[in-house]
Amino acid sequence: MRRVLVLGATSAIAEATARVHAERGDALFLVARSPARLAAVADDLALRGAPKVEGFVADLNDLSHHRELLDAAEAALGGPPEVVLLAYGALGSPVVLDRDPYAAVEVLNTNLVSPVALLTLVAERLARAGRGTIVGISSVAGDRGRSGNAVYGASKAGLTAFLSGLRARLWRAGVHVLTVKPGFVDTPMTAHLAKGPLFAPPGAVAQGIVRAVDRKADEVYLPWFWRLVMFAVRHIPERIFKQLRF
Amino acid sequence: MAQAEVRDLHWRAEDPFAGVNQRALAYGLGRSYGDSCLNDGGLLLSTRGLDRFVAFDPATGVLRCEAGVSLAEIIDLTLPQGWFPRVVPGTKHVTVGGAIANDIHGKNHHRAGTFGAHVRALELCRSDGSRRVCSREDSPELFAATVGGLGLTGVVTWAELQLRKVAGPYIAAETVEVPDLDHFFQVSAESDARFEYTVAWVDVLARGRHIGRGLFYRGNHAETPARPGEAGRGRLSVPFDLPSATLNRLTVSAFNFAYYRKNRRQRGEREQHLDGFFFPLDGVGRWNRIYGKRGLLQFQCAVPTAAAPEVIRELLGRIAAAGQGSFLAVLKTFGEVPSPGLLSFPRKGVTLALDFANRGPKTLELVRQLYAVARQGGGAFYPAKDAVMSPEDFAASYPRLAEFERHLDPACSSGFWRRVREGHPYQPSLPLGPPAAGGKGVTP
Ligand SMILES: Cc1cc2nc3c(=O)[nH]c(=O)nc-3n(C[C@H](O)[C@H](O)[C@H](O)COP(=O)(O)OP(=O)(O)OC[C@H]3O[C@@H](n4cnc5c(N)ncnc54)[C@H](O)[C@@H]3O)c2cc1C
Repeated sequence: MRRVLVLGATSAIAEATARVHAERGDALFLVARSPARLAAVADDLALRGAPKVEGFVADLNDLSHHRELLDAAEAALGGPPEVVLLAYGALGSPVVLDRDPYAAVEVLNTNLVSPVALLTLVAERLARAGRGTIVGISSVAGDRGRSGNAVYGASKAGLTAFLSGLRARLWRAGVHVLTVKPGFVDTPMTAHLAKGPLFAPPGAVAQGIVRAVDRKADEVYLPWFWRLVMFAVRHIPERIFKQLRF
Repeated sequence: MAQAEVRDLHWRAEDPFAGVNQRALAYGLGRSYGDSCLNDGGLLLSTRGLDRFVAFDPATGVLRCEAGVSLAEIIDLTLPQGWFPRVVPGTKHVTVGGAIANDIHGKNHHRAGTFGAHVRALELCRSDGSRRVCSREDSPELFAATVGGLGLTGVVTWAELQLRKVAGPYIAAETVEVPDLDHFFQVSAESDARFEYTVAWVDVLARGRHIGRGLFYRGNHAETPARPGEAGRGRLSVPFDLPSATLNRLTVSAFNFAYYRKNRRQRGEREQHLDGFFFPLDGVGRWNRIYGKRGLLQFQCAVPTAAAPEVIRELLGRIAAAGQGSFLAVLKTFGEVPSPGLLSFPRKGVTLALDFANRGPKTLELVRQLYAVARQGGGAFYPAKDAVMSPEDFAASYPRLAEFERHLDPACSSGFWRRVREGHPYQPSLPLGPPAAGGKGVTP
């Protein structure tokens, strides 16, 4: 049994990953914004085998809740979490983001500012405990800014960089940091996009995440082929890249 | 052909019809054959994101779950705790919502009745924004309309089911050879009294006095507990669509003969994992590809007991004469347990289910003949396995249709409904047959 803290537990990837943990008999502390959704997810995970499931309702963009929720998690789980899954994020609408600076700041707050603030506190506690794994869900979109989603890409690029810095800082303390870079995942976040063969189901991504935690990987692309795709995308010269419409 | 737009539902607390301004239809795992789960030109509300368990009491076997949970997922959760769904169809890859909307039946219909008979309550969301918990006690009319209601009364978001206690995952199964139709009726009558599950596979190419030749399967849940580490059997898969030319009289005949021979050797009693007993096709991934790109046509009728021997003989005779065999012809007697739905298909009598490779007009012509023969004998037809029945066939099959229509949700419709109520003709271009098995978020 492991103690698992899930931040953004009602996101599709988080829920699918939490199911894998529940089936393994891990104890879960779930944080999400909507009480009704949180309750639906928590009941399900308890039935799927998690010996303990506790919920905490909070808007993680409100940084003033962060300490309180980490205290509550430790109390409920009976110790500092061994796996912390940071899984919340916002995609935002490119059409709106291209015109509305406040909408852009909102996406940065959700995808970068709040995670940096929260993981700073988490890092301190795990370092003190001398163990644990932080899993950050970033995105392939952070590997290179595209015309279609510059703000989202920037927020994920920032998160990827932060996670890599955190990893380098924490490994001496025995804390492991995993960066997850999913490609397209079939979730409510992408409900408006036409589904192609590149879309992966959240369940498959979840399996990949837990496997990567087990083998202490630093960074995974999920599904794996995105590593090749993004290798190519990163190496397109900027002169050409700027002319590509995607 | 106009496709349907798809919207994924994710949260049972949210209104599935929010912002919907076109004709909508709930969609589960698409295991219905034909157009009853399709809605060309409209919207499909995919329920697979509603896949959470809500509550389970291992003392009483009462399970509450969201409507997009599949029977496979239920079995995975409850079988290790000693509980099994009271009624299962020939595949476990159907959702609870789909099982309710077709009020499906299993090999134990003579004992247990239909799936709906074991639904204690369900929540129904309607396009006027209302949601209601329906049961035999609360909103009983809406409950009766929704069980077997083909998705046309609204969207079921969750349901509460009564499961049955089992000792383990095994069936004490027995296979008996049946030389002809008369023997089928004999074996069936004596088996229904002693066995919870009964069904016959029929060699549709047998002619003359051999009509109705086949194998009779019967079984009861075994008392043997699970052997640790043993799961269901592995999967075979048909890797590509076989060209339709491979499916001719010869291959069907060869297949049927081989199947008959193989299973005949397995005559007698044995203990079998329930996956193999209930869901043999689930072991063959994408089995529908056997039928080639044009897919298959299903036909299933239920004929009242008195007329059954004559009508079934006539149906099997015509199929054999046309030589358009089917890999799966299934014969079963339905019992007397009343179905709770206004449009439930099962009723006392004998049911025959078949599929045909879709070879265009020739196949359609044969199937139309079968409808005529069955209807003359007072037969009824199953919307879940149909792409052909006429508005008249439908009205004749469902005497409580007018009562049902009072509960229709004005925002709901389906290809099937437009065909049998508004007279839109059958579209031979329909993608018949179930799609490949898939996970959450698979869209049609
Ligand atoms: C190999 C195989 C064997 C089968 N064997 C049997 C059998 O033995 N007995 C039998 O009775 N059937 C059998 N069937 C048919 C199958 O059980 C039914 O078609 C079943 O309803 C399919 O469920 P689904 O989840 O795929 O629903 P779909 O096919 O997606 O939808 C079926 C109907 O349910 C409605 N629906 C789905 N979800 C909801 C919801 N949440 N709220 C309201 N309406 C909803 C849809 O609108 C549609 O009308 C078999 C099918 C296959 C492929």
